Amino acid sequence: MAETHSLQDLQQPAVSSKVFVQRDYSSGTICKFQTKFPSELESRLDKQQFEETIQTLNNLYAEAEKLGGKSYFEGCLACLTAYTIFLCMETHYEKVLKKIARYIKDQNEKIYAPRGLLLTDPIERGLRVVEITIFEDRSIGSGR
Amino acid sequence: MKNCEYQQIDPRALSVLPSSAQNHTEKKAQRPRRKWEVFPGKNRFFCDGRIILARQNGVLPLTLSLIIVTCGLFFAFDCPFLVKHLTVFIPVIGGVLFVFVVLSLLRTSFTDPGILPRATPDEAADVEKQIDTSGSSTYRPPPRTKEILINQQVVKLKYCFTCKTFRPPRTSHCSLCDNCVERFDHHCPWVGNCVGKRNYRFFYSFIISLSFLTSFIFGCVITHITLRTQAGKTIVQAIQESPARYPFLELVVCFFSIWSILGLSGFHTYLVASNLTTNEDIKGSWSSKRGAEDSGNPYTYNSIITNCCATLCGPMPPSLIDRRGFLPHDEAIPAVSASEIELPPFTAKNDAHMVG
Repeated sequence: MAETHSLQDLQQPAVSSKVFVQRDYSSGTICKFQTKFPSELESRLDKQQFEETIQTLNNLYAEAEKLGGKSYFEGCLACLTAYTIFLCMETHYEKVLKKIARYIKDQNEKIYAPRGLLLTDPIERGLRVVEITIFEDRSIGSGR
Repeated sequence: MKNCEYQQIDPRALSVLPSSAQNHTEKKAQRPRRKWEVFPGKNRFFCDGRIILARQNGVLPLTLSLIIVTCGLFFAFDCPFLVKHLTVFIPVIGGVLFVFVVLSLLRTSFTDPGILPRATPDEAADVEKQIDTSGSSTYRPPPRTKEILINQQVVKLKYCFTCKTFRPPRTSHCSLCDNCVERFDHHCPWVGNCVGKRNYRFFYSFIISLSFLTSFIFGCVITHITLRTQAGKTIVQAIQESPARYPFLELVVCFFSIWSILGLSGFHTYLVASNLTTNEDIKGSWSSKRGAEDSGNPYTYNSIITNCCATLCGPMPPSLIDRRGFLPHDEAIPAVSASEIELPPFTAKNDAHMVG
């Protein structure tokens, strides 16, 4: 499968800068990110697309942290089993986190990667920020 | 691949996995290390990162031994007598309580309390940039704070110089563990760990069940000695006769622990009902004495039941520090054209680390 490639093909796209979308604490300690559009992305991305991504992420995190019958049931069941049930069962939160990871991967493939951007899953950053990496604009003639 | 104005980044080209490294010449060929091995806080890890403890956990063995020894004496000396004279359920109840107490204690000690990972260098630089642009001078400014509105109430967020990030609300930096912990309650030496967002419910069930256990043992020992004295002897004679002074020893331990444990349980029940942490209560963050117009607790749901349910039965948040994840390879391995090599599906995890 070996083939010769030009040096440019072998080079990684260089990181130009990173943008950090901070947490929005206006509703308390629940996980929510600011929907304010960063100015560095103006040339690359639509404001509406960005807001939609962040809003969907916020909704997913809200679903994970929702207080309701299901989470209370899980909590009570865990207490009755002296919390040993967490060793064998995946919590609701973890299930939603997997959903979020799939969503981010999907967004990266469809929207962000074609524009030279990369979304990092906030869980990689301790749910503090949504990191968006901006890659250098290298408009080369031929693709791979 | 189609031509586009921007370099189309094939996500697969960016993933760097240990398996793909065999295609390239590597400077190092060491076993992949897990993140817990380079964790910056003062914690100890066991079972390859599955169990986390504070570095200073000197009193945890004492707590465990006190519980085990007292219960052991109870089962050995009191139960046979009480089973004969009362009911067989006594050791059963004692056994269930004992198991619950030990499991809760171990769960509290070995669970990540909600440690916030430190900021990556890029994040820290971004925060510094934002602070500098707001007009601070070049020398290190006084403690940086940021004011935000939570439920229409002003809350100050402090900047943590160790973790290089603005602490989320209710987060505090524990100097013993050298970590920022979310919803920080206190660092408990008896348990050998911080008590925070993720293990507060375990801590609470530990102290509640321990209150029941100590009261139960105390009651049983009193009953035991009383039944013996009823047979016409004095207390001194009864104690001397019963297989030693062990019940008396249990009595002493239980008597002294009951006051403190019951008091602590009562205090924490109040905290749970009002959705406060020990840290906030001690500092008086939300007390009305402060004088501000509306300085009530912005996190409370204004209902005791909802507060209790939210604190104790709410969803279990995940651990943010990913102890068992693998460290990325340090050098950026140039990606050979991805279309010619079968790479595993795109994973964002590795990308972030590689470029960070």
